Amino acid sequence: MNQIPALIRVFAYLSLLTVGGGMAAFPEMKILTVDVHHWLTFPQLVHLYSVGQMAPGPNMMMIVSVGEWAGGSLGAILVVIAFFGPTSLLTLVVGRLWNRLTEWPWRSSIQRGLAPVSIGLLLAGCFTLAKGAVFGLETATIAVAVLLLLLHYKINPALLVLAGALIGALSFGPK
Amino acid sequence: MQIFLEFLLIGATSFGGGVVAYLRNGLVAKRAWLDDKAFVELLSISQSLPGLNSTNMAILVGDRLRGLSGALAGIAGMCLPGGLFMFVVGIFYHEHGDHPLATAALKGVAAAAVGLILATAVQLGKRSLERSSDLVFVALTIVGVNRLHQSVLTVLVVVGLIAILWYRPRKGPEGSAPR
Repeated sequence: MNQIPALIRVFAYLSLLTVGGGMAAFPEMKILTVDVHHWLTFPQLVHLYSVGQMAPGPNMMMIVSVGEWAGGSLGAILVVIAFFGPTSLLTLVVGRLWNRLTEWPWRSSIQRGLAPVSIGLLLAGCFTLAKGAVFGLETATIAVAVLLLLLHYKINPALLVLAGALIGALSFGPK
Repeated sequence: MQIFLEFLLIGATSFGGGVVAYLRNGLVAKRAWLDDKAFVELLSISQSLPGLNSTNMAILVGDRLRGLSGALAGIAGMCLPGGLFMFVVGIFYHEHGDHPLATAALKGVAAAAVGLILATAVQLGKRSLERSSDLVFVALTIVGVNRLHQSVLTVLVVVGLIAILWYRPRKGPEGSAPR
């Protein structure tokens, strides 16, 4: 079955939800890619998203893996275009108009109003992710430890995610 | 071409989020394509529009330097390394993801990712949440998505509109309202 049109539709839609970052779209991505289209399972989505935190560059490149699974190499390429196309076009246009917008009084209202909403969406995405990632004491401890370490020390987060892999392999792995 | 190469370099070396620091280093300090003031201004545009900061920045900086072709070169360079990385990871995971050792490691990775995102939320919150009304909007958003199971789009539009109207331009001594 050809999944390409559905892939493009889903990721172009998700693109517009990424207010404040990619995580904002995560709950919707879970519903569309897992529940509606069955391109992958929820644990697989959680794993890919988490591994994606170790990838260089934009932290949502895990969409490439989803595109590849559902639509091969073409799917992978089209997913990237669909996911970054709409917001990039918007950014290009608004970027050129920005200087004219400085006098528009609603501009700061929009920035001010969307700031808490984007943090709410980030947390909502985080809770959706946590449902598939935190079960039991060990995983909760890893999550809290990473949170505290990042808040108190300047460490590259990719290293902590890597450390998580090591601890996971040691504590849950085959004995 | 230089734009593509610089963003390719940033896209390939910026591990673990925090792309902003890498961008500043590459574009302001090393290449001197932008001064600090322009960088902060473009960053503020990136942050107030939908889309990821890193790719929005690639579009804006590329467009400033070279117009549309610069913007395309910027975002292509930015996405290529991570995209190839996840392409390979995806294929590998598809074939070996159910290996017990891989599942165990991935459990740890996923738990660490939750901690990482929480930390990002706390850091952003410290910077941009000023009043108690902000906290109400944060809470409304979370309840809408996670408890009421509304689509992200619905919550974004409804809570976003309420929040924007709440902070609507007011007639004050320093500014004038449109209505």
